[in-house]
Amino acid sequence: MIPLSSVADQVGGASEGEQPDGAGGGRTTDSTLQQLVEVLRAELGEAVVGSEVTGGDAWVRVDPGAWLQAAEACKRRLDMDYFCFLSGIDWLDNPDLSGEKRWDPEGTGPEDEEAAGNAGGEAGAAYSTGRAGGETRFQVLARLYSTTRHLGVTLKADLNEADPRVASWVSAYRGADWHERETWEMYGFTFDGHPGLRHLYLPGEFEGHPLRKDFPLLARELKPWPGLVDVEPIPGDEAAGDDGDAAKLAAATDEGG
Amino acid sequence: MTATTERQKAAYVSGQAADGRINVELEAEGMTLNLGPQHPATHGTLRIVVRLDGEQVLWAEPVCGYMHRGYEKLCEVRTYPQVTTLVNRIDWLGHFANEVPFILAAEKLMEIEAPERAQWLRTIFFEMARIANVSLFLGDMGVQLGALTPVFYAFRDREYVLNLMEAVTGGRFHPNFDRIGGLKEDLPKGWVGEARAVMGRVRSFCDQMEDLLMGNEIFDRRCRGIGVIPASVALDYGLSGANLRASGVDWDLRRDEDHPLAWKHCDWKVWTHADGDSFARYWVRLQETREAAKIVMQLLDGLPSGPIQAKVPRIIKVPAGEAWAHTENPLGEMGYYVVSKGGLGPFRVKIRSASFNNVSIIPWVLRGVFVPDVITILASLYFILGDIDR
Repeated sequence: MIPLSSVADQVGGASEGEQPDGAGGGRTTDSTLQQLVEVLRAELGEAVVGSEVTGGDAWVRVDPGAWLQAAEACKRRLDMDYFCFLSGIDWLDNPDLSGEKRWDPEGTGPEDEEAAGNAGGEAGAAYSTGRAGGETRFQVLARLYSTTRHLGVTLKADLNEADPRVASWVSAYRGADWHERETWEMYGFTFDGHPGLRHLYLPGEFEGHPLRKDFPLLARELKPWPGLVDVEPIPGDEAAGDDGDAAKLAAATDEGG
Repeated sequence: MTATTERQKAAYVSGQAADGRINVELEAEGMTLNLGPQHPATHGTLRIVVRLDGEQVLWAEPVCGYMHRGYEKLCEVRTYPQVTTLVNRIDWLGHFANEVPFILAAEKLMEIEAPERAQWLRTIFFEMARIANVSLFLGDMGVQLGALTPVFYAFRDREYVLNLMEAVTGGRFHPNFDRIGGLKEDLPKGWVGEARAVMGRVRSFCDQMEDLLMGNEIFDRRCRGIGVIPASVALDYGLSGANLRASGVDWDLRRDEDHPLAWKHCDWKVWTHADGDSFARYWVRLQETREAAKIVMQLLDGLPSGPIQAKVPRIIKVPAGEAWAHTENPLGEMGYYVVSKGGLGPFRVKIRSASFNNVSIIPWVLRGVFVPDVITILASLYFILGDIDR
């Protein structure tokens, strides 16, 4: 416990020292956030499976079994008194849903292939997951913030695809109630210990989980998005080498009617 | 007491819970009252189911979703520049302020920054959106208490601000003006002078509201000590904005975050109130409108010259990554968690809107209050339905 408290004190000292009364910026530094991550590591031990600190933001990926403990640790050790949001991500790549967006007028460069991950890949392929990594299709993510230290952290946990299930945060943050209901209906995650997982937005007889990537967006199924005209060439724009792209774009948008 | 048959019970329960979103049991005592979805106090189609014992609320449960438009899903099939059109319509009274955090998140991912002048102009429009939004609240609160005059003044003076927005952006309610890397256009000629005059009007509007409502005995007795939310509960539920500051939490993202927008160049004050009641929420918003006018005046004075758009590719592609950007919107903290896989459009956008959390406290705060106070508490929490349902 001794190294833990010393780290925590450092975090406290560093951020408190950086709180002038007046307006001013630049107080969330990556090193402060790094210390914050260290506190969580010390508190949760092996349960922290991944972390990342970049550009003034911190991500911590925890074991789903320690999801509630992570929230409690943040609240107790890091003064994260403010509950910001809780939601989910479905990392499944669905070219049917957003394929037209990934259509590339500049020709598919090798770096685009990599950036788009397994664009066009089938379910079951390795998912390309974002900050702090991930191994499964579904992730639950939540953000907490400290109104005294002005620090925030995004927590994530990998969920089992067959039975996405995680502990509810309602006992730690009462505001999580609605967010968990929303995530439950939109992604089909089950929150153990939630006082009542009922529909929030959707009618009671609604079937399916709309924000999952394999849930079709019917408007797009019937008709491609006509909004691509937005990238139509500007008349008189003589940007060299763009003519070929413009023709391709026009062809693509014509199809959409 | 006549006995109720099982069939009658079942019919009653299914009638009450026709859409399955509320958990209605056959109550042994009390009366269930539906407030909304068309009640004027709900600013849209929020339905609140309250169970009453005489005049007192036993429990209350908001039912939302009557206006759910699925923006998070729609964002996934739009390109980045097209998303601002959607998000304009989340908090429709704070139009421009909705676009800013999304654009900031996209800029964060692209690692570009808008030029200085664009950041100042963004801040000006942001604060004007705040004035247009909150001034309506300042008038509307009177209506909920039976005072009709303030809301007419509010609509009149909000119009001047909206005219200014229209002169620049062409849109009164949906400017769709913020761009990745800057703004669509620069100011029209003579706009700065007009804006100064309007800010003077906003200040006198605030004074007028103070004259009309503050110190009015009805207003005082209907608002003071009603709907008290302690700071710890407010934070627990994730309340933000004036609702949180009226509970004594001194937190404002405009001051406390390292922000690219121009608030750091201004001299202004974050107001808090220790009481946490309906009156405190009104008072804090009144002061914030004054501060907003003050900020706009200062920014108009010091407006730097220069370009309004950074160099961005004609077809915007955002590199893979994840970014979170949030701002202190008129209704509270609004943030976008944007996940990009490197395409023309976002892979996932989580919209954190202020009213969603602000309204989730309703079951807690309405328990035990009297029916007339339900209306004032709802009005003082100040939500926009589009901001709940998204």
